[in-house]
Amino acid sequence: MPATPLIAYAHVGKSFDDGRVVAVDDVSLDVAEGEFLAVVGGSGSGKTTLLRLANRLIEADRGRIAVEGEDVSRIDPILLRRRIGYVFQSGGLFPHLTVAGNIGITPKLLGWPQAEISARVDELLDLVRLDRAQHRDRLPHELSGGQRQRVGVARALAAKPRIVLMDEPFGALDPLTRDALGDDYRTLHRELGLTTVMITHDMTEALLLADRVAVMHGGRLLAQGTPADLSASTDAYVGELMRTPRRQAERLGALLPRDGAA
Amino acid sequence: MSHLPDYLGSHVRVSVSALALGLLISLPLAIVARNRPVLRTALLGLASIVQTVPGLALLALFYPLLLALAALTAAWLGFSFSAFGFLPAVLALALYSMLPVLRNTITGLSGVDPAVLEAAEGVGMTPRQSLTMVELPLALPVMMAGIRTAAVWVIGTATLSTPIGQTSLGNYIFAGLQTQNWVFVLFGCFAAAVLALVVDQLLALIENGLRNRSRIRTALGGLGIAALIAAMLVPAIARPHARYVVGAKTFTEQYVLSALIAQRLQAAELSATTRAGLGSNVIFDALASGDIDVYVDYSGTLWANQFHHTDIRPRAELLGELKATLAKQNITLFGELGFENAYALVMPRKGADEIGIHSVADLASRAATMSIAGDYEFFSRPEWAGIQKAYGLTFRAQRQMQPDFMYAAVASGEVDVIAGYTSDGLIAKYDLVTLADDRHAIPPYDAIVLLSPKRRDDEAFKAALRPLLGRIDIAEMREANLRASGNDASSSPDAVARWLWEKVGGK
Repeated sequence: MPATPLIAYAHVGKSFDDGRVVAVDDVSLDVAEGEFLAVVGGSGSGKTTLLRLANRLIEADRGRIAVEGEDVSRIDPILLRRRIGYVFQSGGLFPHLTVAGNIGITPKLLGWPQAEISARVDELLDLVRLDRAQHRDRLPHELSGGQRQRVGVARALAAKPRIVLMDEPFGALDPLTRDALGDDYRTLHRELGLTTVMITHDMTEALLLADRVAVMHGGRLLAQGTPADLSASTDAYVGELMRTPRRQAERLGALLPRDGAA
Repeated sequence: MSHLPDYLGSHVRVSVSALALGLLISLPLAIVARNRPVLRTALLGLASIVQTVPGLALLALFYPLLLALAALTAAWLGFSFSAFGFLPAVLALALYSMLPVLRNTITGLSGVDPAVLEAAEGVGMTPRQSLTMVELPLALPVMMAGIRTAAVWVIGTATLSTPIGQTSLGNYIFAGLQTQNWVFVLFGCFAAAVLALVVDQLLALIENGLRNRSRIRTALGGLGIAALIAAMLVPAIARPHARYVVGAKTFTEQYVLSALIAQRLQAAELSATTRAGLGSNVIFDALASGDIDVYVDYSGTLWANQFHHTDIRPRAELLGELKATLAKQNITLFGELGFENAYALVMPRKGADEIGIHSVADLASRAATMSIAGDYEFFSRPEWAGIQKAYGLTFRAQRQMQPDFMYAAVASGEVDVIAGYTSDGLIAKYDLVTLADDRHAIPPYDAIVLLSPKRRDDEAFKAALRPLLGRIDIAEMREANLRASGNDASSSPDAVARWLWEKVGGK
């Protein structure tokens, strides 16, 4: 018997402005436990809406969404959000709280004892590779973009969620930081046994980080599968999206000496 | 100067209460309105309108409003409250404080980055947690700026609460303006400004502490405010409550007479205090409702303004009728002091002699080429209509002036005639002459002592006041008023009242 998916969308639809704008149109998608799924699409494709439906930052109009087997419409949205980690675009940190205050926020909301929160903050700073002593009491505006996003990841993981949702988490970072952070997160995902859904508009990033990639366009789910599956897709839009990383790989392959000690 | 703890204490009490009430109303309103554009626009519009009402008018309006309300609660709910002094001042000032608090709180809250609000929701905050843990802390600097503005406005405007019976630093200003004691005026302004600055800086300290998460600074600021309030409450509690309150309107003669009455009461070992600078619309109601026990009014003023008579009666008849009317309200017309402070048309003696004007009737042929000045109410009073009708006067121009400046203006020829007061000391000082009113167009203005309903049968009280009746003639009152308009120590109302008693007491 196959394991129940940790997140399951079934014929989900969402429109805005009294139905004039259809953001998500009849999408069905399963995310298995331990899976790293990337959802790729351009702006207006509905990918962010799809992500937010999972923790009810947005309410679905049609269809059913289940998280850990439970219909989300029957769960208190506040409690639902506290058990799902969420990483915002460019951090979304609270500017008036220190790094420790930001990371410890969900445990605090859950009523953990202060000592436990404090210990968890230290643990998480180690996990996202930030120096405890140096960063604990800083305010977000004193950090670099990469450090802010590390704090954002730590905050998402603070209450030990099984699921992490990420909204273009590395989009605003320079390529080096982005690479390092992506790799670090990938390691965390594996070591902590997380289930991750990441939104991105960058197909290369999606292919490099995720186990499986879903492609959204105009509110519809065009394709989903492993990089190999997508390569074989006959859909014109998917083909177009796949062309860029493929061409980049070919050109880089031609430009860089194969035996070079990088 | 000996009044400073009392004035300052009252000023702080009324300002702090008003600010606290204003915050208590404005902050929740702003929070409720922040996501409701229609309500927000309506609130800000309303608060802006309140702001355009001059502070003095707003304060004065609250008095009759509360008086009517007190009458309603007395009739329906069986209890009444004092519509005098503290309550109307606090309500009006609280209303005054709302605009900056509302505007800055709404601006501050709506200025919070939507991405941060989204994050608050995303990490699992309830709307209330989002408000208290994220939105309010982030809006705090802007909100505090509004609160500081409100504090400064309230402390400044509180000086205007003197005429509705609330003791404040405005007592210095109003007394100083009336007696032309500019040191008093400046001192009152200066004290209010210092108080405003101190409170502003304490609030700034709290804001700074909150922003930089320095508990010490926040605590210091809070302690400062608490200490200020505590210091102001101590004299209020420690001060024995005077049994008798003597009221006075806003001009020199009234300051002197109220001081004289208070001194007589104290001499009879009755504790007494004065409540000076009351608006003439407020003082009668204050007496009727027992907020003050005694004051001096003028028969013609009551006749025309309070009871809206337009006919003019001979003085004895008018007094008799007035006594009967007042008795219906349980107010005692205790007696006359002996002089009249009537309106009179006044000219420089020299100029009047030169062109042969000795009575109002002589003016008729020349009025068309002359200008006249009166106080702020004279031209809308029935006496003016009466004079115009009786003598057929039409002047080339009429101007309104601060009473104390009128005499100098007519002496220097800036205006030709003024509607002065017969007991004013400046008539002698500037060598002016009052024109005879042969046709009795101006009603008699005998200075009369009025007692509040609850003092109707207070024999000890009446015995202490009785020696004043019939003792003060117009020449003595003029001289007392002239003395009181000086700038030195011997011109304080208390000193002049003592001088006056020495002069008339032995009669």
